[in-house]
Amino acid sequence: MGILDFLRNRREPPAAMAKERLRIIVAQERAHRGGPDYLPLMRNELLAVIRKYVHVDLDAIDIHLERDGEHDVLELSVALPEGKGGE
Amino acid sequence: MTEIIVVTSGKGGVGKTTSSASLATGIAQLGKKVAVIDFDVGLRNLDLIMGCERRVVYDFVNVIHGEASLKQALIKDKRVETLFVLAASQTRDKDALTQEGVERVLDELAKDGFDYVICDSPAGIEKGAHLAMYFADRAVVVVNPEVSSVRDSDRILGLLASKTRRSERGEGGVPGHLLLTRYHPARVEAGEMLSLQDVEELLGIPVVGVIPESDGVLTASNTGVPVILDESSNAGQAYTDTVARLLGEVRPIRFLDAPKKGFLKRVFGG
Repeated sequence: MGILDFLRNRREPPAAMAKERLRIIVAQERAHRGGPDYLPLMRNELLAVIRKYVHVDLDAIDIHLERDGEHDVLELSVALPEGKGGE
Repeated sequence: MTEIIVVTSGKGGVGKTTSSASLATGIAQLGKKVAVIDFDVGLRNLDLIMGCERRVVYDFVNVIHGEASLKQALIKDKRVETLFVLAASQTRDKDALTQEGVERVLDELAKDGFDYVICDSPAGIEKGAHLAMYFADRAVVVVNPEVSSVRDSDRILGLLASKTRRSERGEGGVPGHLLLTRYHPARVEAGEMLSLQDVEELLGIPVVGVIPESDGVLTASNTGVPVILDESSNAGQAYTDTVARLLGEVRPIRFLDAPKKGFLKRVFGG
């Protein structure tokens, strides 16, 4: 890297940003791969129902379908906002 | 035994057809009998890259529909004795390709003693791309060191693992190799482009070749001569190495380092 580049005081190199963004999106898409096509739709409908009662973030709900021996286990986790637990 | 290799990518414009043409030519140069098939129905282009566009009389869809025999439709390459091209049809009918039809053509190629069939997949994940990969024994996933291409390649790897004959038979999906194209070592060194190691790490499958960005590729497509036949170009040499690796040879990957800069450029950058 030359003096001019150094003086420009560059932030994180673009390739590193690309890698980090890809790492996240690829992992996310792999997690949902192989699952039934209805999972994303079901996730949205469940989210809509939950949001009627508790205001949660759009990305607060996590759905996983996991194979446990002979059974498929649907795992659903919802992160509720802080301080609203006992109401 | 005929080996079926699909050249695929998901994203368009990354170099599938350029790679199909060069890999098929390179394998045939080693004396193997090779057919390269264009699956991009409606947007035929392999014929142009192979330089045989004026010799297309019958195409893949004609053979599937029984309007021509496979023998009539296979175009014999003028440069390499054992190389044949099967052009895509220009029809706009999306259902022109059928799974049974494709299987019949592949079976007939096997009976005719072809050693390799290279399937040049269209972009996307629609029917043409699905059929190009469905019967494959191996896949070459062409990827550019760029975010959308890497993401689409991962999607394609998922389909190779789940939507192919091998996966349906429980044979573990179609094994894939990465072919990294349009690689620009100077930009990688400057931190502007994903490196070979980055892409390998993100996608988790081994690289079978790295093709550097090269003027030779445009010249090759302009003239209808697969770039692998241009021994003076880095891209041509990199494809030759890739062919050797595909057939099992171990070769180091070349053209990963940027040409050395002069003193002033090194001091002042740019």
